[in-house]
Amino acid sequence: MKTLLLALLLSFAAAAAAIDRAAVEKLATGEADERSAAISALVAEADPRAAEVLSALAEGEMQTVAGKDGARRVLIVRGEEAVDAVTGEKVTPLPEEREDAIANNRLRGQIEGALAALKLLSPERETRLEAVKQLAAGADEALLPLVQKALAKETDAGIRPTLELIAASLAMKSGTKEARVAAIRRLASSSSPNSRTLLAAAVNDPDEDIRFEAQKALREVQASLAWGERAGLLFAGVSLGSILLLAALGLAITYGLMGVINMAHGELIMIGAYTTYAVQVLFRGTPYFDWYLLAAVPASFAMSAMVGMALERSVIRWLYGRPLETLLATWGISLMLIQAMRTLYGAQNVQVENPAFMSGGIEVFAGVVLPWSRISIIAFAALVLLGMWLLLTRTRLGLFVRGVTQNREMAACVGVPTGRVDTWAFGLGSGIAGLAGCALSQIGNVGPDLGQGYIVDSFMVVVFGGVGQLAGTVYAALVLGFANKFLESWSGAVIAKIVVLVFIIIFIQRRPQGMFALKGRALDS
Amino acid sequence: MKRRMFIKQLALAASVAAIGMGSTSLYAQGKTVKIGVLHSLSGTMAISETVLKDTVLMAVEEINAKGGVMGHRIEPVVVDPASNWPLFAERARALLTQDKVSAVFGCWTSVSRKSVLPVFEELNGLLFYPVQYEGEEISRNVFYTGAAPNQQAIPAVEYLMSKDGGSAKRWVLLGTDYVYPRTTNRILRAFLKSKGVADADIMEEYTPFGHSDYQTIIAKIKKFSSEGKKTAVVSTINGDSNVPFYKELGNQGLKATDVPVVAFSVGEEELRGVDTKPLVGHLAAWNYFMSIKSPANTEWTKKWATYAKAKNIAGHKDRPLTNDPMEATYIGIYMWKQAVEKAKSFDVDKVRAAMAGQTFKAPSGITSKMDEKNHHLHKAVFIGEVKADGQFNVVWKTKGPVKAQPWSPFIAGNDKKKDEPALMAEKKK
Repeated sequence: MKTLLLALLLSFAAAAAAIDRAAVEKLATGEADERSAAISALVAEADPRAAEVLSALAEGEMQTVAGKDGARRVLIVRGEEAVDAVTGEKVTPLPEEREDAIANNRLRGQIEGALAALKLLSPERETRLEAVKQLAAGADEALLPLVQKALAKETDAGIRPTLELIAASLAMKSGTKEARVAAIRRLASSSSPNSRTLLAAAVNDPDEDIRFEAQKALREVQASLAWGERAGLLFAGVSLGSILLLAALGLAITYGLMGVINMAHGELIMIGAYTTYAVQVLFRGTPYFDWYLLAAVPASFAMSAMVGMALERSVIRWLYGRPLETLLATWGISLMLIQAMRTLYGAQNVQVENPAFMSGGIEVFAGVVLPWSRISIIAFAALVLLGMWLLLTRTRLGLFVRGVTQNREMAACVGVPTGRVDTWAFGLGSGIAGLAGCALSQIGNVGPDLGQGYIVDSFMVVVFGGVGQLAGTVYAALVLGFANKFLESWSGAVIAKIVVLVFIIIFIQRRPQGMFALKGRALDS
Repeated sequence: MKRRMFIKQLALAASVAAIGMGSTSLYAQGKTVKIGVLHSLSGTMAISETVLKDTVLMAVEEINAKGGVMGHRIEPVVVDPASNWPLFAERARALLTQDKVSAVFGCWTSVSRKSVLPVFEELNGLLFYPVQYEGEEISRNVFYTGAAPNQQAIPAVEYLMSKDGGSAKRWVLLGTDYVYPRTTNRILRAFLKSKGVADADIMEEYTPFGHSDYQTIIAKIKKFSSEGKKTAVVSTINGDSNVPFYKELGNQGLKATDVPVVAFSVGEEELRGVDTKPLVGHLAAWNYFMSIKSPANTEWTKKWATYAKAKNIAGHKDRPLTNDPMEATYIGIYMWKQAVEKAKSFDVDKVRAAMAGQTFKAPSGITSKMDEKNHHLHKAVFIGEVKADGQFNVVWKTKGPVKAQPWSPFIAGNDKKKDEPALMAEKKK
C-alpha cells in the first residue's frame, strides 16, 4: 500500500515537472501569436499544473523576473507567496523587480475556453455542467477533439444535449459538408444566441444546400429567441414600473389622499438613499456587511418619516387649502434640503455598494439575464404596497386617514383628532418615499440631486393614475414602465422620454381626472 | 503717487486675506496672479470634474511653494458651474471681467466648452481644456491638452479590429446625447465605412444625461451581437450614467471576451464604487493610465496621494486615484507657467505666442509637446483593459507621441481647413 502511494506521488511529481518550460516562457513573454500557440500546447498536455499556469495568467497572477542566462523566470504570485510556474517549487524570498505578464481579451477568452474544455473530463457532474454552460456561449474550434472525447464518455442526460450542441457548433466552422448540414439541423432546435451567430454567418455560405438549411434553422432559432427577448422587455417594464411605483407611492398619500402638493417629495427619497449610505458606512468592515440593507430599510423609513412629520408640523399644516403657497414653500424646502445634503456629504455622489447577493443575475431564457438587484426591488415594491394596503384598510390609523381625507369636518365631529392624523399620514407618505430612496440607492447614483430626477415622474404617475386612487397609482406606474421600455427598444431612450411626456399631456387634457376617477364626494372640494 | 501705490497694495493684501488662500510670507510685496478654475463640483458631471479642480489646486500649491510664476504667487479662483451649460458661460465671464484671471483651467463636456467659447473669444481670455474631445475646433483662445479623435477614438477602434483586439466586425456606438458623442460617432462611422464596414453592421444609440436605466440598451446590444459577427461596443457615455451602465453590464453577464466595450470617458475615477470583477477585460483608451510604470508616474501618483491625504479629499484620502484628464490638467498648468516665464508677461497674446512648441515631461513618461500651430498636444495613445481591482492593464500603445488632427480627415470638407486658429492664419496673410 505504502509503495503504491509513493509510486503515485512520484509519478505525480514527475508529471508536474514535465510541463514544457519553453511553452511557459512563451506564454509569459512572447508575442501575441506565440502566446496563443503556447496556450494550445499547454492544453494538449492536459496536466493539472498546466491548467494552474493558464488560470494564473487569466487571473493576472503571473509575473516574470530576470532569471539565469538572460531568460525570464516565470512565477505565479498570490499575495506574498510565489511558486515557479514550470516546476511548482516555492520561491522564497519573493524576488524584487517583478513584471506582470498581462493577458488581453483574446488570450483570456482562449484560456477560459481551454480550461472549461479540460473540465469536461472531470468526474464531478457539477464541474462538467458548469463547463458545458460556459462552452455553450461560444468555443474555439481547436477544442473540437476534446469535446468529442468528452461526448463519447458523457452519459448524463442533463449535460449530453448541451454537449452535442457544442460539438455541432464547433463542427459548423470546420468539417465536411454532411457534418455541417447535420450540425445546422442540430442547432435549429437550440435557442442560444450563439447558435444564431453561427447560423447567421452560415446564411452567406457559398454552398447552396448549407445556405438553405441555415436559413431554415435560423428562422426557427430566431422564433424561439424572440420569446426570450419579449420576456426580457416585459421584465424591464415591470422593473421600471416597480421603481416608479415606489417613488410615487408616498406621493399618492401626501398628494393623492391629503391634497398637499409636496415638491420636496424627491428630497425625501434622497434622504432615504443617504440614510442607506450612512447605514452602509456603519456596517463596512464588519462581517455582517451583506445584511446592512436589513437595517437600512427601517432606518431610511424612520429618517424620511421624521423629516416629513417635522415639515408637516412646522410648515405645511399652516398652508392646508392653499395649493399655490404649499407648492412654493415645499419647493423652497426642497432646495434647502439639497443644499443641506451638499454641505453634509459633499456635492459628489456617494457610493452605495450592493450586498453580494444582489450582484449578478439569473438566466431564465438563453441570453436573457434578470439581475438580482432588480428582482429584489420588484419584490420589495410589492411588499411595500401590501404593507401600505394593510395599514390603510386594516388598522385604526388607516381608518382615520381615510375618514379625514373623505370628510374632514365629519371626522372631526365624531372625535377623530384630524390634526394629528394629518401628521401621521404625512409621515407615512414621507417614510415610503424614504423606502424608495433605499431601493433606488441599489441601482442608481446617490447624490444631492437624486430627488430631482424622480419628482416629475412621481407626479406624472399619481396624476395619470387618478388623484386619490391608490390602485390607479399602481396601474399608472406599470403602464408608464411598459410604455417607456417598449418605446425605448423601438426608438431609443431620448425619443421614448419625449413621446411618453407628450402622451401624458394629451391624456390629461382629454381626461383630467386620470385613469380612474374618484367616484362620490371628492377630497376637500 | 506713492500713496496710491500703497492703497493699491493694501487693497490687494486685503483681498488676499479675505480669500484666505494659504500663506503670503514668501511674497512680501503681495504680487499675485489669479487663475480661474471652472469645473462642475455638483450635478451629473461632478463625478468626473471635481478631482480636476483638486489637481489644479495641487499644482498651484506646488508652484507657489517653489516661488510661484515669475515671483507672483498664483491665486486660484474656484467657481462651480454645477453641470449647467449656460452657467459655464456666466461663470467664465465673471472670471474674466470681475476676477480678471490670467488663464482659466476648466470644462469637461464639449457642450460646456462650446458654451464658454464665445466668451473667451470676445474677451480674449485663455482656456486650458484638459479632456479628450471630438475635434472640429481650433480656437486661438483655447489650448487643448486632451486628445483629439486621432489620439484616442480611431486607434481604439483600430485595435478592436485587429486580431489581438478580437477582430470586431460589427459595431455599437453608444453615447450620451450631446455634441461630443454625436460628432465622435460621425467620425467613427466614416472611418468604419472607409474600412469596409456596412451601415447595417453599425448601431448608434443615445441616452439623455443622467440616464440610469440601461436594461433595454444592454438587451439590444446582446441581440445585435448575436447576429453573425463579432461585435464591439464603443461607449461615449459621460458622467455618472456610467455607474448604472457598468453595473447593468456586469449584472447581465455581458463578458468582455464576447462583446468588449471600449470607453472614452471612463477612467479609474469613474469606476470607483463599481464592482469591477464582472467587468474585467472591458477597455478604455487614454493617453495616461495610473498603472503606467515610469519613474515620473510613480512620483506623480505619490504626490497626489500625499496631497489628497493632507487636504482630506473625499474618496482619494483612502484610495488615491489618478487619471488621464488629471494628467492633462497638470500638463496644462505647467505649460502655462513655462510660457509665462518665456514671454515674461501674463498678457494673453504674449503667452499664447510663447505656448507654441512648449514641452513638458508628463507623468505618462512621455515628453508632451504643444504643437507649434494647432494648439493641441502631441500625445502617446494607450489602450487598457479593466482589472479586477479597477485599474487598467495597458495592452497596446503607440511607439511615441502622435500629432493631433483636430480636423478629422473622415469628415467631408475638413481637408480644406487650416491646421491652426483662424485669426492667426489671417494675420499671417
